[in-house]
Amino acid sequence: MKPAPFAYARARSVAQAIELLAHEEARLLAGGQSLIATLNMRLSAPRLLIDLNGIGGLDGIARNDGWLEIGALVRHAQAERSAEIARHAPLIAAALPHIGHPAIRNRGTIGGSIAFADPAAELPACLLALGGELVIAGPQGSRNVKADDFFKGLFETALTPHDVLTAIRVPAADAGTRSGFAEFARRHGDYAIAGLAAAARADGKGLRDVRLAFFGVGATPLRARQAETALGGGDVAAAVKALEQDLNPPDDVQATGAVKKHLAGVLLQRVSRQLLEARS
Amino acid sequence: MTERVHDIAVTVNGEEVRETVDARKTLVDFLRDDLALTGSHVGCEHGVCGACTVRVDGVIVRGCLMLAVQCDGARVDTIEGVSDSGEIADLQQAFEQRNALQCGYCTPGMLLTAQELLKGGGVPSREVIRTHLSGNYCRCTGYQAIVDAVESVARARAGHG
Repeated sequence: MKPAPFAYARARSVAQAIELLAHEEARLLAGGQSLIATLNMRLSAPRLLIDLNGIGGLDGIARNDGWLEIGALVRHAQAERSAEIARHAPLIAAALPHIGHPAIRNRGTIGGSIAFADPAAELPACLLALGGELVIAGPQGSRNVKADDFFKGLFETALTPHDVLTAIRVPAADAGTRSGFAEFARRHGDYAIAGLAAAARADGKGLRDVRLAFFGVGATPLRARQAETALGGGDVAAAVKALEQDLNPPDDVQATGAVKKHLAGVLLQRVSRQLLEARS
Repeated sequence: MTERVHDIAVTVNGEEVRETVDARKTLVDFLRDDLALTGSHVGCEHGVCGACTVRVDGVIVRGCLMLAVQCDGARVDTIEGVSDSGEIADLQQAFEQRNALQCGYCTPGMLLTAQELLKGGGVPSREVIRTHLSGNYCRCTGYQAIVDAVESVARARAGHG
């Protein structure tokens, strides 16, 4: 199908994008790899598209005070090539090849993936696992929101219709950082049936500060808090068992909730091994 | 500035084109309907099948997930351009020799996607080739012959055919 008619404006600055958002039924366009598909299918019919791609300064990747800050317009392909991300956000580096396909990653943006908040998408879960933050510009200025407070419901986030996500921030990894990532998808690059992004700190031979963010198993990326505690205690089997309480995946077109729950346990076993391996 | 119709200037296959387009027109529809470049195909129209793959500013994109108006000032290369320039002549020949196409609907997108991988140099493993082509559906060949063709070109270009 073809999109319903809409007007189009190219914003030259974040401030101008925020001004344009005052128009009724305006939507922001970043990489467009989800939005334009929904326009084509007429699942979405905004009156105005505000193209962010002409705004300078939103595609930087920089380390600052122990944090790695990634601009919202950094494209997945650019992030895949980034030595800074490979070194300071290895979890994101591990997740990137699973996002869509090369042609999608050439256009899709980090900020777009996170603002769209598809429950089966990789990056929202990575941000949650890393205890990251979002930098959001709005009519009243800029604010930071923690990933734990950002994902509110199905495709629902802490972003208001007047906000522009300008960057994400994650704690820069060091020698004590552990991370793990795995997902099941029908075809490489498709949305996951179930996936897991995980981060922890090495503590002797064990782990502490374990954060497990599952995706594709609920309305938002979900922390499995009882499993986190069990894994912090070194008991992988107990952590897998704890998923019974932590997760209650609904059936969807890809799999039943029971299958997803089983797969979550398999993912946790695989990711636990990754977390317990020392970084080379 | 918040209009439904926009004037754009795009360099398509090396030639500058000036057109007036509806904001809602996708890049692939612009190429096919306005410029009669029908080598780029329209399959699923939501980014899944890869039949509409074209290059924008040197990298492959989904022609159905980009708007023509977004290409103002950009350089677009289609299958017609890379065929005429000879850039992928060896790849096209390998596809033909190895029966890597039957109906041909996916082939333009498949060729442009494979070329992006091959431009990286070296001889990628079959698994890497498959992963790179994972976003391009072929409903005829079962992919085996396509992977064979891409692999053989990679070997030939690396000088150990």
